[in-house]
Amino acid sequence: MFSYLRSLSIGLLVFWLLLSGYWDNGLLLLLGVLSMLLVVYLAGRIERYYPLRSLANPRTLLRLPAYWAWLFVEVVKSNIDVARRIWFPRRYPISPVLEQVPMTQTTRLGRTIYANSITLTPGTISVRIMPDSKLLVHALTHQGMDDLKAGEMDRRVTAMGEQ
Amino acid sequence: MTLIIDGLTAIFLALGVFLAFTGALGTLRFPDLYTRLHASSITDTLASFMILFGLMLQAGLTLISVKLLLIFLFLWYTSPASSHALIRAAYLNRLPARLIRRPNKETPPSKP
Repeated sequence: MFSYLRSLSIGLLVFWLLLSGYWDNGLLLLLGVLSMLLVVYLAGRIERYYPLRSLANPRTLLRLPAYWAWLFVEVVKSNIDVARRIWFPRRYPISPVLEQVPMTQTTRLGRTIYANSITLTPGTISVRIMPDSKLLVHALTHQGMDDLKAGEMDRRVTAMGEQ
Repeated sequence: MTLIIDGLTAIFLALGVFLAFTGALGTLRFPDLYTRLHASSITDTLASFMILFGLMLQAGLTLISVKLLLIFLFLWYTSPASSHALIRAAYLNRLPARLIRRPNKETPPSKP
């Protein structure tokens, strides 16, 4: 828990420095440190009742950048697909479909990342979490739904949550 | 050197404007709210990236680029939340979706 609060304060200080851009004004630096301390104090109080570990494995956060790179390529690919269907509806017709997709994540953070990744990718939107670890997904095409059900994204998100 | 960067900026901005227009066209062409949201997510994701990246090329390695990168990150984090809120509200209020059944219809679409 201590190392979580320590890395949080370092991260918040860097965030403040990057956003303000004034690195030699004493008053602004002091205000930055004060607001950092306030946020860390509040985060420490939250940590007592809802620890970060109960939401997610902290290692997930370190594995995020590699996942972002993969997700970015997927987003570009599906953008091209949806744009094609907008411009040439006759040659590339849409076939909307609403189906349940199984998900293998167990933590709340893992499920949030998976559902948000589905929604971020054009062509698929997560609608609701259903019972039995299923996710109701609306897809623009049958092809997009089949690609999602192949489960590559599900595997990658689940792998991020492992110890 | 500045010529190359200006040229790249122009290409990225033009691509971003084209994609934003594509998203707008899609929201007009697609039949119902569920499919229209797919079109608008083009504007949210790749169009915003292209425009912000073009601006980042102009700003160079400065704090302005860092801020543009943060805007990009926050956009990509928040736009799925708003799309999901919209489609969830539509689904819970039983807005009918136009669906096309699979040819072999192994899994029927679920009803609210």
